[in-house]
Amino acid sequence: MKHVLAILVENRPGVLSKVAGLFSRRGFNIDSLAVGTTEHPNISRITIAVTGDEYVVEQLSKQLNKLIDVIKVSNIGDDSVARELILIKVHATPATRNEIVEIVNIFRQKIVDITKTSVTVEATGDLKKVAALIEMLRDFGIKEVVRTGMIAIDRGAKAIDIEQIQKKISHYE
Amino acid sequence: MKMTGAQVVTNALEKEGVEYIFGYPGGAILPVYDALIKSKVKHVLVRHEQGAAHAASGYSRVTGKVGVCISTSGPGATNLITGIATAYMDSIPMVAITGQVATNVIGHDVFQEVDITGATEPFTKNNYLVKNVEELPRVLKEAFHIASTGRPGPVLVDIPKDVQMAMVNFNYPEKANLLGYKPTYKGHPRQIKKSVEAMLISEKPMIIVGGGGVMGGASKEIVELSERIDAPVATTMMGISSFPSSHPLSLGMLGGDHGVYPAKKAIEEADLLIVMGARMADRSTGKTEEFAKRAKVIHIDVDPAEIGKNIMIDIPIVGDMRQTLKDILEKDFRKSNPIWRESISLWKQTVKGVGDNLKSLDPMEIIKSLSEQTSNDTIIATDVGQHQLWVGRYYGFEQPRTFLTSGGLGTMGYGLPAAVGAKIGKPNQEVVLVTGDGSFQMNLTEMATSVQEGLTLKIIVLNNSCLGMVRELQQHYCDERYNQVAMSGNPDFCKLAEAYGFKTKKIVKAEEIHESIKELLESDCSMLMEFQICNSANVIPLEGGCLR
Repeated sequence: MKHVLAILVENRPGVLSKVAGLFSRRGFNIDSLAVGTTEHPNISRITIAVTGDEYVVEQLSKQLNKLIDVIKVSNIGDDSVARELILIKVHATPATRNEIVEIVNIFRQKIVDITKTSVTVEATGDLKKVAALIEMLRDFGIKEVVRTGMIAIDRGAKAIDIEQIQKKISHYE
Repeated sequence: MKMTGAQVVTNALEKEGVEYIFGYPGGAILPVYDALIKSKVKHVLVRHEQGAAHAASGYSRVTGKVGVCISTSGPGATNLITGIATAYMDSIPMVAITGQVATNVIGHDVFQEVDITGATEPFTKNNYLVKNVEELPRVLKEAFHIASTGRPGPVLVDIPKDVQMAMVNFNYPEKANLLGYKPTYKGHPRQIKKSVEAMLISEKPMIIVGGGGVMGGASKEIVELSERIDAPVATTMMGISSFPSSHPLSLGMLGGDHGVYPAKKAIEEADLLIVMGARMADRSTGKTEEFAKRAKVIHIDVDPAEIGKNIMIDIPIVGDMRQTLKDILEKDFRKSNPIWRESISLWKQTVKGVGDNLKSLDPMEIIKSLSEQTSNDTIIATDVGQHQLWVGRYYGFEQPRTFLTSGGLGTMGYGLPAAVGAKIGKPNQEVVLVTGDGSFQMNLTEMATSVQEGLTLKIIVLNNSCLGMVRELQQHYCDERYNQVAMSGNPDFCKLAEAYGFKTKKIVKAEEIHESIKELLESDCSMLMEFQICNSANVIPLEGGCLR
């Protein structure tokens, strides 16, 4: 089963290596990984997709929580918005170009670059949608694919409130 | 006050109440050694950096304080690694300070440069490369805080030479403020209530104590709980000394094939296991699917990640050992299990020994004689191998923090430097190292450290002229195909120790054991006693005793 973990970490050098190192050390595989800063510049958010059962995810969360630089680990459930940005460079000739544009339009994605022999497509969406698009473009000849890794956020008004976490901790101290 | 980064280090050590540090100087740590001259902190010069880390660990284990070791960059730092990993596996509070090449040349592969924070990442609780002197006071405060709180462990602080020389206004923070680190000390009231209920209905309760019992300072509470519910107590290798072995409810050491019979028997029969501060690692449980099949399990640990990692748990309690036990004991309850107690005392009468037809010295007799003649506060350090398990099985520990051994990592060469650190931490207590001829040769140069510090150490070398533990494994698992276990090149250990200024004696006869150990303990200077033991003595008792 696929799980998505949102990991809030201190934005310091070496933190990503500590998190990634933990995965390999404890024998967990990372399916996808994305990192960026949050609304607080000193805190980053790492989104990691892993495959495993409940036991694996629980062990993983506990071990991640043990890392000093990890502030919070949340398991993003099914009721969430998950997205990935992907750039696809497809082989194109004057004969096939129109067909490619049409497919991209059906998927409501964008063409961001075009040459005599290629078309570059920018696509975002959940994993299924992106996979379907790639499948449709495969026959034209995919020259290059690059993806950001999945990011995800819970649906609804509830949020991982960093300020709340900070307050709780200063209160505890 | 303006000062250099190096002075920040020595001042921080003073503020943290550090009395002794163990280390070895070198180029990249020069400024700190210069600052140490004017510091109140005393430095113990070891003979190999691994010895510094083990000595800091030994010092920490007997005093309960954070052990501090220090080395230069490159090989100095990598030599610390085995000691740091040893401390990590046994949850020993330690701060390791390493020099690093200057920040402007980091990554250029200059002389004695190594990425020590990268290398120690898997076995430090946290580590830091301090690139700006402004961060140094905060980092050092955090390092001591992290090392000593929650589940303790080693923290490494890597300080480039230019950072040690840079000037900064010294302002040592009162406390560490870490967003991502908040150990839980108080057990959940509902789980505590549930565990008391389980104890009340149990007819065959049993307590298993790990290193957390020693570290958490919970011996008194463990004794009280065991007496209240008639629960016998077995300890893991790391839990030894947390429960007095003379107590009628003491079962002895737990541990797969190497544990003692009463502990093994009780595990099979128990209907409730109360696991305290133990990882339930493979060496303690044997096959987990066979382990305590009949029992409901309560697990108390300060580290939530240990709960449910190796065995299935029914009632988890995350909390400080002593605090949690106090909360449990506060519920005024009692449960008498006379039939269970009866079986326990029966099992205890059948402790199997090494064997009774050994041709030469029986190691069990040596350890038992040592145990009889030492005072309760005597500190015993061991190395790793058969002698370690013999001590675990046959020595009767009465007081916490009197047993030093590398339980988790199983580091040969741990014993001597740990004994040095222990003697420095507890100068008024007798410190005895029990070692084997294999382990002893890994770090025996630390004898010089003990001489330099004017320590009185007692060393027992159980010499079987082979790597006994591996030999025993090869006997059982390789159909007696012995390979690379004979130590025929061994030196004369007595002559060797004499060269370091130790008094020595070699024992070959069984009738000399008692008197010799008396002599060893009464000696007012450092003494090494070599016992030439049967080279086929095993830890796991076999039918018919010693195999020829």
